Amino acid sequence: MANQVLLKIRRQAGPSELPYWEEFAVPHQPNLNVVAALMEIQLNPVNAQGQRTSPVVWDCSCLEEVCGACSMRINGKARQACSALVDQLTQPIVLEPLSKFPVVRDLMVDRQILFEHLKRVKAWIEVDGYYDMGPGPRIQPKTQEWAYMFSRCMSCGCCTESCPQVNSRTSFMGPAAMAQAYLFNSHPLGASLVEERLAAVMGEGGIAECGKAQNCVRACPKGIPLTDALAEISRDTIKQALRVWRRS
Amino acid sequence: MNNRLVVVGGGLAGLMSCLKAVEAGWQVDVLALGPCKRSHSACAQGGINAALDTRGEGDSPWEHFDDTIYGGDFLANQTPVKGMCEAAPKIIYLFDRLGMQFNRTPEGLIDLRQLGGVKHHRVAFSGSTTGQQLLYALDEQVRRWEDQGKVRRFEGWEFLSALLDDDGCCRGITAQHLASGEIRAFPAGAVIIATGGPGIIFGKTTNSTINTGYAAGTLYRQGVTYANGEFIQIHPTAIPGADKNRLMSESVRGEGGRVWTYKDGKPWYFLEEWYPAYGNLVPRDVATRAIFKVCVDMGLGVDGQNMVYLDLTHMDPQEFERRLGGIIDIYHQFVGEDPRKVPMKIFPAVHYSMGGLWVDFDQMTNIPGLFAAGECEYQYHGANRLGGNGMLSAIYGGMVAGPKAVAYIQGTGKTGDNLPQGLAEGEIKRQQEFQAELLKRDGRENVYQLHREMGQWMNDNVTVVRYNDRLLKTEEKLQELAERYQRISIHDISPIGNQTLAFARQFGAMLDLARAITRGAYLRNESRGAHYKPDFPERDDANWLKTTLARYTPAGPEISYEPVELSYIKPRKRQYETDKGVSKVG
Ligand SMILES: Cc1cc2nc3c(=O)[nH]c(=O)nc-3n(C[C@H](O)[C@H](O)[C@H](O)COP(=O)(O)OP(=O)(O)OC[C@H]3O[C@@H](n4cnc5c(N)ncnc54)[C@H](O)[C@@H]3O)c2cc1C
Repeated sequence: MANQVLLKIRRQAGPSELPYWEEFAVPHQPNLNVVAALMEIQLNPVNAQGQRTSPVVWDCSCLEEVCGACSMRINGKARQACSALVDQLTQPIVLEPLSKFPVVRDLMVDRQILFEHLKRVKAWIEVDGYYDMGPGPRIQPKTQEWAYMFSRCMSCGCCTESCPQVNSRTSFMGPAAMAQAYLFNSHPLGASLVEERLAAVMGEGGIAECGKAQNCVRACPKGIPLTDALAEISRDTIKQALRVWRRS
Repeated sequence: MNNRLVVVGGGLAGLMSCLKAVEAGWQVDVLALGPCKRSHSACAQGGINAALDTRGEGDSPWEHFDDTIYGGDFLANQTPVKGMCEAAPKIIYLFDRLGMQFNRTPEGLIDLRQLGGVKHHRVAFSGSTTGQQLLYALDEQVRRWEDQGKVRRFEGWEFLSALLDDDGCCRGITAQHLASGEIRAFPAGAVIIATGGPGIIFGKTTNSTINTGYAAGTLYRQGVTYANGEFIQIHPTAIPGADKNRLMSESVRGEGGRVWTYKDGKPWYFLEEWYPAYGNLVPRDVATRAIFKVCVDMGLGVDGQNMVYLDLTHMDPQEFERRLGGIIDIYHQFVGEDPRKVPMKIFPAVHYSMGGLWVDFDQMTNIPGLFAAGECEYQYHGANRLGGNGMLSAIYGGMVAGPKAVAYIQGTGKTGDNLPQGLAEGEIKRQQEFQAELLKRDGRENVYQLHREMGQWMNDNVTVVRYNDRLLKTEEKLQELAERYQRISIHDISPIGNQTLAFARQFGAMLDLARAITRGAYLRNESRGAHYKPDFPERDDANWLKTTLARYTPAGPEISYEPVELSYIKPRKRQYETDKGVSKVG
């Protein structure tokens, strides 16, 4: 029916339950996106067969593609559900949870590991304190524009999902963590931790695991030049290795 | 001694208070509904105010203070606002050192832009995702301390209630792990609530879906005073949508965007005509009422609909890409038209709550040991908030609350390990029983439907233009919804990630807050800032220069008032047809 939107959703009642498919038909509206379609199910939790069911569970928050919450696989592609406009998708629209993270329930997954990785690469600046000590260093507009590309990473997990090197056989931290290490290493005040960050990047699950598939840069909803960061940080690890070698 | 503090909320206010407490040598448990990076603060686009005066315009913290008090129609207590404006430049420099990617001038200084109600360039920004960048800077620092064991994050945990001892002091909280359903207590000597705004009470707004105001609503029910609830900011420029009204930042006008509609077949720039001194950059309440008048009263909306144009097509595309890129993308993505080529279509939408939990100048609520900071409290904006002051107040409030909460615990000796026997266990049991009861409801009502109805009513009757008869009808409607709420059915009995159960719980608190907001609006027979009644079109200082205080009772909100603190600036008439001038220093 033209005035309905068909959804086919991979559901799962809990982390250790078996997945199953359920289909839904929701009323069409102009500019409808996938989050709005899922909200329609909450208003009327009935599946396409007309049976009562529990509302579908998923994560979302800002609905303007800046918080990173609503990542899921939509017709096979990892992306943000809020900016996935129904009229631009073939139906039935197939919704699945991201596959590289443990499922909590339905489309909701646990992406905590992304933040653990940020901890491992020390993605922060070691300031002396949170009081007034005057301005930071002057930064040229061009430098800021480049850094801003990377500082917009919202830890949505799309690059991790798309990366063939993130799988059960490797421990690759994924492109986002590498890019953040690069970002903080490039900041004048981030310099105090450069060696520690590079050590993490050269360690287990680090840049050596990158297979240069370049899927990440295509998957990033924010267009962050991830492959540039991967290449740069890779070069820096070589320089670092040489430095360590000369010192020993 | 157990030197642990609980912070509820991982937005700008919560994370800032956490860092200040860690700096004072304390350990902090931070709770948030999801990862802190996904907090609503990430949505803020336009920027953050600070009188850095790098344009040599003679700006100063005093000017900023005067603009804020004047913009808020003199309803804000002045001492805390003054403190905030004086701290602003230091706050910007702090973030600069945290690696925040502010836009730069050719010389490498922090670039500034202009927002509404102000004659100076005073807004520091980072493209059009300033809130995201500020939030990430704090999130990174918190991660640093997490790594060292000073902070424990509980992301995906929802605050349920405060633990109150026999002296009426706050001794911690209960919270629920949303993924597993587990409920536990977090004992502490003091708690800082930084749970953000309650926008979702109004249904479709510019807010994130998690901004239900549940925490504030539940605390109101537990005895915290809710202040100035009737002051709700309606942002003039949002993109109406099926799931939310997406904000089109005020920075679009700040960078030269013009608002117009057709009149007699020709473009009519009504803001520029009506407010020659400020033009498109009048404050939000003024712009919103003007757009409302043009569309609703005069019937001159674009294509006869409730919409006007926000136009950037005359600007240099490269320049606005650099300064506004992110929001231009939002419009392009969600509407499918290119704002570089066609003017955007916008309409006002609920955006921010000036009102909130009552706090004293130390950010403490009327419950000892319970502090509040950020959009959930009422202190900094009076009757209308200026663009760029929201994030500033969240950060500043957090900076005050952290150390004050620490000092409070040191002063009282009440900590997380000397809780009265049975206090935590009793409250956990009460919460479990309440949820069991919610799950058992098996009526015909759907809580999401009820929420839609509430949002519609609140939006239609308690926003831009308010009439007393409609406010009374809204109160009746809210009572009807409360009755029907008893007859909902959750359709889901699983403890795991049960979002319907969580929403049903939140809805009860939203109803309580909606009533406090509506009652406050009904009683206030004047027009001030965002609160506008055509039947009482003028500000009435003789009778209404006072703060509304709502206390929960089962029969409905009980309202009283307290005077506004006016130590520095004498109230004067607020108007934007002409330049506002500035009051004398001191
Ligand atoms: C679209 C938009 C644009 C804006 N742009 C600007 C701007 O340009 N400049 C400006 O100054 N202001 C702006 N504002 C306002 C400003 O962004 C907010 O007021 C401010 O960020 C609020 O910060 P906060 O820390 O108080 O709350 P939030 O950032 O909302 O954080 C609240 C936190 O509390 C948590 N939480 C909530 N309830 C619970 C609970 N029950 N249990 C546990 N945790 C809970 C949430 O998970 C979250 O971590 C904008 C607002 C909107 C809607």
